[in-house]
Amino acid sequence: MEPLLSILIGVLVAASVYLMLARNLMRFLFGLILLSNAANLAIFVSGRMTAGAPPLVPDGLDEPVGVVANALPQALVLTAIVIGFGLFAFALILAVRAYRSLGTLNTDEMRVAEPKEQG
Amino acid sequence: MSWYLSLPLILPFVTAIICYLLRDRAIGAWISVAGSALGLVAAGVLMALVLDHGVVAGQMGNWPAPFGITLVADLLSAVMVLITAITALAVAIYALSDVNARHGSLGYHALFQILIAGVTGAFLTGDLFNLYVWFEVMLIASFGLLIINGGKEQIDGGVKYVALNLVSTILFLMGIGLLYGQTGTLNMADLALKVQDVENQALLTVIAMMFMVAFGVKAAAFPVFFWLPAAYHTPSFSVSAVFAGLLTKVGVYALMRMFTLVFDHDIGYTHTILLWVACFTMVTGVLGAAAQSDFRKILSFHIISQIGYMILGLAIYTPLALVGAVFYLVHHIIVKANLFLIGGISQRLTGGSDVYKIGGLYKSSPFLAVLFLIPAFSLAGFPPLSGFWAKYVIVKASLDEGLWVVAFIALAVGLMTIYSMTKIWAEAFWKPHPDGIEPKLSALPGRAALLIPVIFLAVLTMVIGLMPDPFVEFATRSSVQLLDSTAYITAVLGEDAIAVPVPDLDDIPTTEILEVEQ
Repeated sequence: MEPLLSILIGVLVAASVYLMLARNLMRFLFGLILLSNAANLAIFVSGRMTAGAPPLVPDGLDEPVGVVANALPQALVLTAIVIGFGLFAFALILAVRAYRSLGTLNTDEMRVAEPKEQG
Repeated sequence: MSWYLSLPLILPFVTAIICYLLRDRAIGAWISVAGSALGLVAAGVLMALVLDHGVVAGQMGNWPAPFGITLVADLLSAVMVLITAITALAVAIYALSDVNARHGSLGYHALFQILIAGVTGAFLTGDLFNLYVWFEVMLIASFGLLIINGGKEQIDGGVKYVALNLVSTILFLMGIGLLYGQTGTLNMADLALKVQDVENQALLTVIAMMFMVAFGVKAAAFPVFFWLPAAYHTPSFSVSAVFAGLLTKVGVYALMRMFTLVFDHDIGYTHTILLWVACFTMVTGVLGAAAQSDFRKILSFHIISQIGYMILGLAIYTPLALVGAVFYLVHHIIVKANLFLIGGISQRLTGGSDVYKIGGLYKSSPFLAVLFLIPAFSLAGFPPLSGFWAKYVIVKASLDEGLWVVAFIALAVGLMTIYSMTKIWAEAFWKPHPDGIEPKLSALPGRAALLIPVIFLAVLTMVIGLMPDPFVEFATRSSVQLLDSTAYITAVLGEDAIAVPVPDLDDIPTTEILEVEQ
């Protein structure tokens, strides 16, 4: 399972880099969301996969018995997903505002805040 | 429960909530000032405690150390929290005049306080994932502050700022994941011990490089600084002052923390890269500034070149070099925030920020001219101002290591800094205003709130410059703590955490960097 997911992470990163190299802001944002998912998967795989062993504490005991799945990466991924969701929502709204006020999504044409071209 | 560690964090959040509830009233700005003043007191208490007791640590929710979230304050953290509180108070006062009612009702003061909380949290946390969370808190607040005006310029700068910073945080997150996979812990003190047992040290270096890139983007180091000059000149002056003072320094702090505490396994490799990054950062920053004509764009590029000096201190990695880096960090926050605040006053007086289109400040407002000269000369490194001592220590440290080229670059960049400062001086202050305006300070509405923070920060620069001894001594103690992580680790994990003696760090880096250099 781990090698498969690792390859998947690689594919996601490659796709996201390809998308982020585009001039279009929307493609960049799609690349960004792919990259953040790749990062989440990387954390998940880093915690080692344990199939079919939920980290549950049996009745009357203080800790789970035997080998159970690592719960920490899932908590980390959950936090990262929530934060990433908030930031991505902001970035999308920013893109909409940018299109409305600048009239373009082509990042090469966004030069309002840059110095005027000489000559 | 260690209240003194959590108080500098809780205060800005509480202030933010009150500010948000009262955002439609004029009193919101005053609450921001009051909250920042209380924050300064809390940071002072923390500083006094750290000076007395050494490294202090507290476990949030009373979970024992490697499992729960730890807050740690060593001397570096404590001084960064203190300087953050000072900057926050100065900017909060400045904002009384600088921020209009519309921005206030959009939640400016609440966002500002959350930004301060995020920065403080990043300085205090002892947990890597928690550091990521504080970075995000800081980031989302800075996004809001950057585009709060909603003009074309702000949106344009905001897109670049948001895009590049998001990429850097994701890279940071991925690095955290991989490091966790190698060590099974996220607590920084625990990491410092566990990385020694990692079998695949080469993989550890790869992870270290991911962190270096991620923090490098935050710190605006070469070659990943492009977001900074694209964005920092667009928001209101109080916002860009707090950005310029604090945000990039969080990146530098994170670099200093991780590359002294955790990633010191292959100093010959990682710190040599940092050395070249530092040199290129200094040079590109100062050359970029020479080409600009906007008051804030010149200053923005100078942030980059000054970041180079701090990274240089870390890269040389001798006790003296780290003294210089810590001293530089503290001095630079005060000076740079002050220059941006003065830029704001000058724009109000002259009606522009392009230095070629304004002028006459020296003749009509000589007091402002004096206030500008202090931080400007300090930035360039004139004795006896604070920047002189900071540069002196770093150049001395590189000479001690035989890094002649590096020392030469550092000095040359200092000279070129003077060029930019004299450009601002000659154009904005010395020559008469092209439109014949006489920018009189006495005619400026709300000038008390604008001038008090500027005077306060200028006095602070003078004090550091004229009495450098206690500050250098402090920086020395702090660099000793950075190089010998024993105190940090035992404060977090308990006395018996270190079973094996920590290798003597002083001997390794000097020879290795020397070899590569030759």
